[in-house]
Amino acid sequence: MTDETNKSTGLSRRTLLKGAASVAGVAAGSGAITGFPYVKSAEPKVLRYLGTAVNEGDDIAKKCFEDTGIKLEYITATTDDVSKRVITQPNSFDVLDTEYFSLKKLVPSGNILPLDAKKIKEFDNITPVFTKGQLPNGKKIGDQGTAPWKVLYLEGKDSKTFSKTPTDFVTLIPTVYNADTLGTRPDLIKRPISSWAELLNPEFKGKASILNIPSIGIMDAAMVVEATGQYKYADKGNMTRAEIDLTMKILTEAKKAGQFRAFWKDFNESVNLMASGETVIQSMWSPAVTKVRSMGIPCIFQPLKEGYRSWASGFCVSKAVSGAKSEWAYEFVNWFLSGWAGAYLNRQGYYSAVLSTAKANMEAYEWAYWMEGKPAEKDIKSPTGALLEKAGAVRDGGSYDDRMGNVACWNAVMDENDYMVRKWNEFIAS
Amino acid sequence: MTPSTLTRHMTAWAQATPMAAVFFFFFIVPLALVVMVSFWDYNDYEMIPTFSGRGYTETFEGCLTRLPEMCTMFKTYTKTVKLAAMVWVLTLVIGFTVAYFLAFHVRSKTWQIALSLVCTIPFWTSNVIRMIAWIPLLGRNGLINQGLTGVGLVDRPVEWLLFSEFSVVLALVHLFTFFMVIPIFNSMIRIDHALIEAARDAGATGWQTLRHVVIPLCKPGIVIGSIFVITIVMGDFVTVGVMGGQQIASAGKVVQTHLDALQFPVAAANAVVLLGVTLVIIAALSRLVDVRKEL
Repeated sequence: MTDETNKSTGLSRRTLLKGAASVAGVAAGSGAITGFPYVKSAEPKVLRYLGTAVNEGDDIAKKCFEDTGIKLEYITATTDDVSKRVITQPNSFDVLDTEYFSLKKLVPSGNILPLDAKKIKEFDNITPVFTKGQLPNGKKIGDQGTAPWKVLYLEGKDSKTFSKTPTDFVTLIPTVYNADTLGTRPDLIKRPISSWAELLNPEFKGKASILNIPSIGIMDAAMVVEATGQYKYADKGNMTRAEIDLTMKILTEAKKAGQFRAFWKDFNESVNLMASGETVIQSMWSPAVTKVRSMGIPCIFQPLKEGYRSWASGFCVSKAVSGAKSEWAYEFVNWFLSGWAGAYLNRQGYYSAVLSTAKANMEAYEWAYWMEGKPAEKDIKSPTGALLEKAGAVRDGGSYDDRMGNVACWNAVMDENDYMVRKWNEFIAS
Repeated sequence: MTPSTLTRHMTAWAQATPMAAVFFFFFIVPLALVVMVSFWDYNDYEMIPTFSGRGYTETFEGCLTRLPEMCTMFKTYTKTVKLAAMVWVLTLVIGFTVAYFLAFHVRSKTWQIALSLVCTIPFWTSNVIRMIAWIPLLGRNGLINQGLTGVGLVDRPVEWLLFSEFSVVLALVHLFTFFMVIPIFNSMIRIDHALIEAARDAGATGWQTLRHVVIPLCKPGIVIGSIFVITIVMGDFVTVGVMGGQQIASAGKVVQTHLDALQFPVAAANAVVLLGVTLVIIAALSRLVDVRKEL
C-alpha cells in the first residue's frame, strides 16, 4: 500500500513540477493550462485510515482500490496511540478503525461522527452478536465490560449519549471481532491446560506473560481470580475500587514471586516471547498464535472453561469529514462489509461482522474449518497463501457458536479508570 | 555610546538572535506549556483548563499518609536513580578507558577518527531491532545460556540475563558509553603531552600521572559526558521497558502510562517532577566543575 501511496504522490508531485516549470517557461505555458483540469478530474479518492496494524492489510487496500477506486492511506498506531490521536489530532485522519471499549473516551470528546445505519447496505445482516448480544441461534453471550451492544447507538447525530434502544446513528459500524484467550506452548507444558487459573500457577514461574495495556491486563487477572475461586466480580469490566485493589494485590504478589517473564504490548513482541520459549503461557491474539505456528513451533490458542475475553472493532469517521469524503467513507464501509474483506478476516482467525457475505466469498471447506469447527477437508491456507494447517486439523476452540457463545467479558474502560491507572503504576513499581 | 560600539552591539544581538529564537520556540515555550498543563484538571478524555493541583496530588498520592511504606513515586524514583547511577559508573569507567586508549595509544589521526566512528555502531540499528537481537543472545534458550549449560557451568538456563535490571543496565551501557567517550576524548587530546612527560620525569608512576594529571584535566569532559548519560537514563522508558520486560518502574514509564490513558495533566506533572530531580543532579555535578570556565 505504501508503494501505491508513494506512486500517487510521486505522480502528482511530478505533475505539479511540470506545472511550475511551464509557468516559468513561456513556451510551455499552454501545457500548464491544458494539464490542470486533467489533474483535477483524476484526483484520486483517498481516505486516511487510522487504526492498529491488525486490520491494515496491504491486500485489503489493494483489493479495495481495484473494486472502488478508493485509495486507503494507512496510519498505523498502537491501540493507545489511536485513541490519543483521535483526541489530539482529529483532523489527521478520515476513517477510524477502533475498538468499542475506547468509545467511552472518544464519543464524549466529540471528535468522531456516527455513521447513518440507513446508508449501510448490509446493516440488517450484521450478526446479532453486535446488535442484541446473542448468537445467530439465539444464545445470549456474556455482557461484562464494554460489550458492543451497550455502546452501538447514539441518541442523535450530534449526541454524546449512548442510546439503549436502536437508532439510525451507529457509533462504529461493526467489522471484526474475536474471542481472546491464553496462548500456550503444548510442547513445553506437556499437560492439558483448561483454566485461566494456570496463568498464575507457580508451575509456570518466570514463563507467563500478560498484556501491558492496564485495562486489559487487569481483566485477564480478574479471570484468574474468578477461576481460582478467590472472588466473584459483578462486572470484571467495571470494577469498584475495592475490587481493583484486590485484583492488583494478587497480580503484585505474582509479580514479586517472579511469575511473569515480561509484559507485551506489541503483536510482534508476543510472537517473539512465545516462539523463543521465554514464555509458555500468556494472553495472546489469534493471528499471533497463527504466526508462531507458521514458524513451525507448536502453539495453541487454548480454550478455557471460564470462557473468553472478547473484543470487537468497527468504523466511524472523523468530525472533519464531510461532503464527497463522507460519501467515499460510506462507499468504503459498504465495500468492507460486502464479503471479500470479511472472508479475508475470517481466514486470519477473526470473525466478520456480516457472516452471509463472508461465507459467499469463502470455499465451503474453509467455512467448515473456520466457522463450523469441522476437521479441515483440505490444507488450510492463510490469506497470503501460507500453509496454516494440514488437512484433518480442527480449529482451537471449535466452531463460531462454541467460541463466541463462551464469551465471559469484553475489553473495557472502567468508570474507575483513573484510579486503576495509578494502581497499575504502583504494581509496576512494586 | 559611540556609533561604532552601537553597531557592534547590534551585530552581537543579531548573531545571537537565531539561536535564541530556536531556544525560545522549541524549548522555553513547550516547557512553559508542560508546566501550565500540569496544573490543569482532566477527565477521561480531555484536559480541562482550570487551575487544579490534581496532577501533583495524584503523583504524590500516599507519600505522606502511607509512611513508613514508600509510595509509588518514591519507589519509582529510587529505582530510576539506582539504574542511572549504575549506568553512570559503568559508562564512566568504560568510556574513560576507551577515550584514554584513543587519545594516548592510537597515534594516527585517521585511526583515531575511524575508531571513534566504530563507537557509533550501537546507533546503527533501531531500538526494536536491538531488542529482538538480545533475545537470541541472552534469552532462556539463547546463545549464552546454551554455552553455559553446554560447558556444564550451570545445570539450567540462567534467567536473570534477560528482562532484568542486568539486561537494562547492559543495554543502556551498550548504547550510551559513546556519550562518555566523545567528550572525554575531546578533553584528553587537548592535554599537552609535555605535561605527561614532565610528570614522568618528576618520577610519577603511571597511576600517579593518571590521578594527578590526566583526570583533573579531563574533568570538563567527564562532567559533560555524565550530564548526557544521566539525563538520558533518567528520562528513558523505551530501553527500560523493552529490556526490563515492562516490569521495571522508571520515571519515564510512569509518564508514558498516563499519556496512554489520556491523562495529560498527570503526565505533565510527572514530567515537571522528573525535570526537577534531573536538574538537581546536574546542579550537583556542575558544583564539582565549572564547565564554562574549563572550556
